[in-house]
Amino acid sequence: MNNEKKTLNVVGHRKVFYTISLTLIAIFVILTFVLGLNVDIQFKGGTILTYSYTGDVKTADVQKVVSDVLGQSSTVTTGENTATSQTTVKIQLSSKKGISDQAQNDLKDALQAAFPDNELELFETNDVNASNGLDFFLKCLVAVAFAAVITIIYIGFRFKKIGGISAGIFSVVALLHDLCMVYGTFVICRFDINANFMAVLLTILGYSINATIIIYDRIRENQNLLGKKMEIEELVNLSVTQTLGRSIHTTVTTVAAMAVVCIVCLIYGVSSIISFAFPLIIGMLAGVYSSNCIAPTLWVMWRRHRENNPKKSKKSKQPERKGRR
Amino acid sequence: MCFLRCAAGVSLLTRLIILIIKEDKYKVRKITKPVFFIVLICILGFAYLTYAGIHTQYGDIRTSYIKGVDEIRWGIDIQGGVNATFEPDIEGGTDKITDDEMDAAKAVIEQRLVSLNITDNEVYADYTKHRIMVSFPWQSGEESFDPEEAIAELGETAQLTFVKGTEQATGSDDANIVLTGTDVKHAEAVQIQDPDTGNLTYVVSLELNNSGKQAFADATTELAGSGQISIWMDDDMISAPNVNEPITDGSCQISGSFDFESAKSLADKINAGALPFNLKTTSTNIISATLGEGAKSAMTMAGIIAFVIIAIYMIIIYKLPGFVAAIALFGQAAGTLACISGFFGNLESFTLTIPGIAGIILAIGMGVDANVIVSERIKEELNNGKTLNGAIELGYKRAWSAVFDGNITVVFVAVILMGAFGPTDSVFGTLLRPLFAAFGASTAGTIYSLGYTLLVGIVLNFVFGIFCSRLMLSSLSKYKCFKNRKLYGGVASNE
Repeated sequence: MNNEKKTLNVVGHRKVFYTISLTLIAIFVILTFVLGLNVDIQFKGGTILTYSYTGDVKTADVQKVVSDVLGQSSTVTTGENTATSQTTVKIQLSSKKGISDQAQNDLKDALQAAFPDNELELFETNDVNASNGLDFFLKCLVAVAFAAVITIIYIGFRFKKIGGISAGIFSVVALLHDLCMVYGTFVICRFDINANFMAVLLTILGYSINATIIIYDRIRENQNLLGKKMEIEELVNLSVTQTLGRSIHTTVTTVAAMAVVCIVCLIYGVSSIISFAFPLIIGMLAGVYSSNCIAPTLWVMWRRHRENNPKKSKKSKQPERKGRR
Repeated sequence: MCFLRCAAGVSLLTRLIILIIKEDKYKVRKITKPVFFIVLICILGFAYLTYAGIHTQYGDIRTSYIKGVDEIRWGIDIQGGVNATFEPDIEGGTDKITDDEMDAAKAVIEQRLVSLNITDNEVYADYTKHRIMVSFPWQSGEESFDPEEAIAELGETAQLTFVKGTEQATGSDDANIVLTGTDVKHAEAVQIQDPDTGNLTYVVSLELNNSGKQAFADATTELAGSGQISIWMDDDMISAPNVNEPITDGSCQISGSFDFESAKSLADKINAGALPFNLKTTSTNIISATLGEGAKSAMTMAGIIAFVIIAIYMIIIYKLPGFVAAIALFGQAAGTLACISGFFGNLESFTLTIPGIAGIILAIGMGVDANVIVSERIKEELNNGKTLNGAIELGYKRAWSAVFDGNITVVFVAVILMGAFGPTDSVFGTLLRPLFAAFGASTAGTIYSLGYTLLVGIVLNFVFGIFCSRLMLSSLSKYKCFKNRKLYGGVASNE
C-alpha cells in the first residue's frame, strides 16, 4: 500500500485551512463575549459554603444539585474534623461579590430535599479572594513567551537550512493556533478556567512544537537530498506525505489514551477529570492539523514572498545542496 | 532536597545526551542475541522494584530502601488532604486587622508551605471574617510528618529579634532591639566545626541587608568586650552570645543546639518572614479529593487500560518494532513513576497532581512518537530496498534528528516551567530569577510538578525510547525467526 501513496497537496489547499482556523478562532472570540468565561474560585475568588451532615454524601451528587440550582460548576469536598469528628461538605463557588442570601437559601433547601436523611445544616460561609489570581496568569504568560522565544532561537539555529528564524516563528504561530483551539474548548464546554487549564495549555505547547519540528525535520532532510530539483511547494507536500504515517499513528495512540481517560472517568463518576482530558484531545488534534497544514504552508508563502521581493532577502537562497551531515 | 534533585537531573541529562550522541559505535552488527534478554530483564526488574519497592519490617517500623508506588504522594485534587482554618489570635478583637495584613499573612503561609516542600496548596483569605483557610495534600507514607504539628507551625508568628542584654524586649518599639527578621536578607543552615570541641554542628547563618548591617555594626561596637546580645524567636531565647568585637560585615550566625532539620526550619521561617499576628487553628479537617471521590482509582485504571491499548495498537501496526516499543514504553512509564516516588528511600516523594499527570502523558506521548518515527523510518528504508541490518541502522540514524530536536525543545519548556514555578533557590529558579523576580515564589507549585514529570519523562524517553529499543530490536533481528522483512513492515524481499 505504501508504494502507490499519492502525494498530498496541502500547500494547494492552504486557503481552506486558513479559513477554517480563522473562522473557528473568530467564533471562540465571539463566544467568549456572549457566554463569558467560567473562572475558577482559585483565580476569581468567591464563596466557600460548609454544611455539616451525617451519614454518607456523594460529592458528585452535591455537585449536580449545585449546578441545577445555581447554574454554575463548583468544587465539592467532604471533610472530617480531626477534633470533633463532625463530617462536613464544602462547596467552593466562584463569584464576583459573594452569593446572595436568596441563592444560599435556595441551595440549602435543594440540598436538604436531595439528601433528606443526612441532616444537612449550614455550618459556615466564607467570602474569599482569589488564591492565585493575576500573578499566576502573568507568570504563565511570561513562561510561555519565554519558551516561545527559546524555541524560535533553537529552530533558527538547528534549521538554518530551511530559513531558521522564520520557520521558528511559524511554528509558534501554529502553537498559538493550537492554544486557541484548547481555549475554545474550555469556552464552549463551559469548563472552569483553573490551574488545570494552564496545565493543558502548557502540555499542548510541548506537543504542538514537537509535531511541527517533526515536519520541519523532514523538509530539512528532503531539501538536502533533493535540493534545487524540486519547487518548495512540492517539497513541503512530499515531506507532509512522507510523515503522514507518523502523524496518523502518533495521533491515534495519544488521542485514544486520552479518550480512555475520559470514558473511565465517566464510568467512575469523576466527571471533573473530563475538563482536563477532553481539551487535551482537542489540543492534540489541533496540533497534528496545524503542524501539517498551517506551519509548513505559511512557511512556503513566506519563502515565495521573499523570492518576489528580493530586496529584503539578503542571503536567502544559497545554502542548498550540501549533502547529508 | 529539591536543589539536589535538580542538580542530579541536569548532570544526568547531559551525561545521557553525550552517551547517546556517541552511541554510533553501537552498530547493529555488533549487538548480539542475548542483549535483548538482558535489556528485557533489566526493564522488568526495574519495573518490579518501582512497583513493589524494598522494605524491611521491624515491629511497627517499616523502613523503605526502595520506595514502591504506594509511597507516591498524591495531590489534594486526586487524594484529598488536610484543610485548616486559622484565625488571628490577638487581644482586643480582630476589628483592627487590615486587608493588607491579611494579604501579608497569606503570603507568609504560602512561603512556609513551599519551604516545607508542600507545593500543592490552596490558601484562601476571608477579609471580613478574618480567616485564612489552607488546604494541602495528605502526606502518605511519611511517618515523620505530623499534620497537627505542621499546621501549628504554620500559624506561629516567627518574629525574630536581636536584643541588647538578656531581657526579652517589651514591645516592638523597645530601644534595646537591635534587629528584627525584616533586617535579614537571607538565612540558611550551615554546617560548622566547633572550634572548642571539634564536633560538627549546625548554625543558622544570616546575611543582613543594609539597614541591618548598620544597626548590627553600631550595637556590636557599643557592646564589644563587655555585653551580650540575645536572639529571640517569639518568646523563646535561642542563644545569648557574648560580643567580643564589632561585626561590621553584615553577617552573623545563630548557634544553639541545632541539628540540620531544626537549623533549616529556623532559616526557612526567617526567610518566609514574620506573620503580622499570631494565628490559631480553629478547625482542622481531613478532606476528600477536590476532583471527586474515586479520582485516584479512576486515573490508575485509565492509565493501565490506555497503556494496554497503545501496546496492542503498536504491535498490530508495527509488528516486531511495535513489540519492542511496547516494552520500551513500559520501562519509560516505570522510570517516570520511580522518579516521582523518589525510588531510593532517602529521597522525598514528589507530589503528583493533575498537572503532574499531564506532564507524564505528554512525555509518554513523546515516547510513543519516537518509537513511531523510528518504526516508520525502518519500514521506509526496507521498502527502498535496504537490507534488514541496514534498514534498522538507518532507521534509528535518520529518525534521530527529528526525535532529538522535538524532545530538546520540550526539555526547554520543562526547564522553564520548573524555574518559573519551583522554589526560587533551585538551580533552574536561580537561572531564571531575573525573569520571574516580579512574581511571588509560590504561585501554583502544581505547574512545577508538570515541569518535573515532563523533564524526567523526556530524559527517560532518550534512555528507553531510543537507546534500549535500539538495543532490543537490533538483537532480536539476529534470530533467524525474526529475519522476515514483513515483521518490520517491509514487503517480502524479491518482490
